[in-house]
Amino acid sequence: MSKFVVKRLIAMIPVVLAVTFVVFTIMWFVPGDPTNIILGNEWSEAASAELKAELGLDQSFLVQFFRYATNLVQGDFGMSYITRAPVREQLMARFPNTLVVVAGAMLFCVCVGVPIGVYSGVRPYSLFSNFTMVAGLLGISFPIFWLGLLLILLFSVHLRWLPSSGLDGFASLILPSLALGSNYMANIMRIQRSSMLEVIRQDYIRTAKAKGVTARDVVVKHALQNSMMPTITVIGMDIGTLLGGVVLTETVFSIPGTGRLLVESINKRDTPTVLGCLVIMAVCIAISNLMVDIVYAYVDPRIKAQYGGGKD
Amino acid sequence: MDETVQKYTTRKGFFKQYKKKSRLQETWNRFLRNKLAVIGLFIFVFIILAAVAAPLIANYDTDAIRVNVPSRLQSPSAKHIFGTDELGRDIMARIVHGARISLVVGCAAIAVALFIGGALGAIAGYSGGKIDDVIMRCMDVFLCLPDVLLALAIVAAFGTNLVNLTIAIGLAFTPKFSRVVRSAVMTVRGVEYVEAARTIGATNTQIITNHVLINCFGPIMVQVTLYVASAILTIAAMSFIGLGIQAPIPEWGNMLASGRVYMRDHAYIVMAPGLAIFLTILSLNLLGDGLRDALDPRLK
Repeated sequence: MSKFVVKRLIAMIPVVLAVTFVVFTIMWFVPGDPTNIILGNEWSEAASAELKAELGLDQSFLVQFFRYATNLVQGDFGMSYITRAPVREQLMARFPNTLVVVAGAMLFCVCVGVPIGVYSGVRPYSLFSNFTMVAGLLGISFPIFWLGLLLILLFSVHLRWLPSSGLDGFASLILPSLALGSNYMANIMRIQRSSMLEVIRQDYIRTAKAKGVTARDVVVKHALQNSMMPTITVIGMDIGTLLGGVVLTETVFSIPGTGRLLVESINKRDTPTVLGCLVIMAVCIAISNLMVDIVYAYVDPRIKAQYGGGKD
Repeated sequence: MDETVQKYTTRKGFFKQYKKKSRLQETWNRFLRNKLAVIGLFIFVFIILAAVAAPLIANYDTDAIRVNVPSRLQSPSAKHIFGTDELGRDIMARIVHGARISLVVGCAAIAVALFIGGALGAIAGYSGGKIDDVIMRCMDVFLCLPDVLLALAIVAAFGTNLVNLTIAIGLAFTPKFSRVVRSAVMTVRGVEYVEAARTIGATNTQIITNHVLINCFGPIMVQVTLYVASAILTIAAMSFIGLGIQAPIPEWGNMLASGRVYMRDHAYIVMAPGLAIFLTILSLNLLGDGLRDALDPRLK
C-alpha cells in the first residue's frame, strides 16, 4: 500500500510544476510595468531600474520561472506588489478560511448526498426517490452565487437565524457550506443513486438476500462498498470545482479567504499574489486527487491486490 | 392492382414495407418521448426567442442602459414586470438584452473550445502513440485548474473585454473538448469504413474530417449542449465577481452583483436575473441529457 502512495506522491510533483509553469506563463502576459504599481508616486527611472534588478524582473522568462519555482519549493511565494509583504503571509492568513468552507461544503455533500442517493437507489420508484430526482435535477442547475443570495435573504434577512457574512464560528459556516455544496450534493446524489440501482440488481445481492441476510445488511455490507466507486471518483473531481466555486461563495458571504484574495489581487494587478493563490489552489487539487486515489485503493480490492496489499 | 397483391408481387413493393426510418428520425422520435428533454427544449427555444426579439420587447438604449433615477427601485408592476433596478432601468429589458450577451458569448466561447480542443483531440485520438501522449498530458495540466480559475487567470493577464472574456472561457473549456473528441475519435478509428477509406488512398485530414468527425457528431453535440450551460454559468459567475462583462452592459451576473446591495429591502431585484440563469442552465442540462439518451438508447 505504501508503495502505491509513494508512487502517486512522486507522480504529483511534475503535475504541480507543470501547473505552476502554465499559470506563470499566463501571468507573464500581464501588461504594464510592475514597478509602477510597487513604487506608485515614488516612481523614477532610476528607482524602477534598481527595483527591477532587485526583484529579478529584468531577467529572461525562463530564468524568472526557474527562480520562482526554486523559491516555491522552499515555501517562498515572492513579495506582494501592493503590501510589499511576503505573499506567503497573506496566504497563510486566508487559506485556512477557504479550507474550512470547502471542508464544510464537502461534509454537507457527502453526509447528505450519499445517504439520500443510497436510499433512493434502493427504492427507485418510491415517492421519495422521485422527489429527490427532481430536486437533484434542479440542484445541479442552481448557480452558487444566486443560491447564496437567496439563502441570505431567507435565513439572515427574514428569519434572522444565521449571519449573512464573515466567518466567525459554526453558525456563519452553515450558509456558505449550503450554497457551495448544493450543486455537488445534487450531483453526488444522482451518481450514488444510479450506481446503487446498478449494484442492487446484481446476482450476488440476490444471493445475499436468498441467504436470509436482512435488508439493511444487504445494503450496508454488500451493496454500499461497490456502489461507492463512481461516487468517490465524482467527489474527487468535484474538489477542483468546489475550489473554483469558493471564489463565488467567498464573494457572496464576504469571507476573507483565498478566493477573495485572488479577485482582489487581480483587481489591484498584484501578480505575485494572484500567482500564489492559483498555485496553492492547484496544489490543493493535486493533493485531494491523491487522497481520492488512496481512498479508491482502500475501497477497491483490485488496486490493493495489484500493489501487494491485503492478505498476501 | 390491389395493394396487398402489389406488396408481394413487385420488387419495389416488397422492399417498401421494410424501409427503415432514418437514424435521425428515430433519434428525434426517441427524444420526443422524453418529457423532461422536451420541456428543456421548450424553455431553451423560449429563451432564444426572447433574446432574438429583445429589440421588439424593449429598446436597448432607453430601457436597458439609460439611467432613469425617478423610477428607481420600483416593485414589479404591469409597466415593469420584474420591477426596476437601482438606477431606474427596467429589469425585464435588461434580462432580455442580457440573454443576447450570455447566449452569444457562451456559444462563441464553446465554438472556440470546440475548434481548438476538437482539433487537438482529433489529432491525439487519431494518431495515438507519442503524439497522443504529449497532447493529452498537456491538456491534463490545464484540467488541474477549475475552469473559473483558469478563465480568471487569463482575464487577469489580458484584461476584461468581451473578446478576451470569450477567448478566456473558450480556452478554459478547451481541454474538456479535447478529451471528449479524442475518446469519440478513438471509438470510430478502428472501424471498417475508416480502413476502407485508407485503402482507397484518402489522406489523414480527409479521413478525420469526412469520416471520423462526422460519425462522432452525436456524442460531441451532447457535450456541446452541456458545456454551453457551463460556459454561460462561468460568464455569469465572472461578471458577478466583477471580472466579466462590465456595467452598464446588461448581463445576468453583473445584474445580480449590483442588485445584491439593495436586496434586503428590494428582494425582487435579485429574483429575475437569478431565475434567468437558472432556467437557461436547467434547460440546457435537460436538453443535453435528453440528447444523450436519444442518441444512445442503451444508456437508459
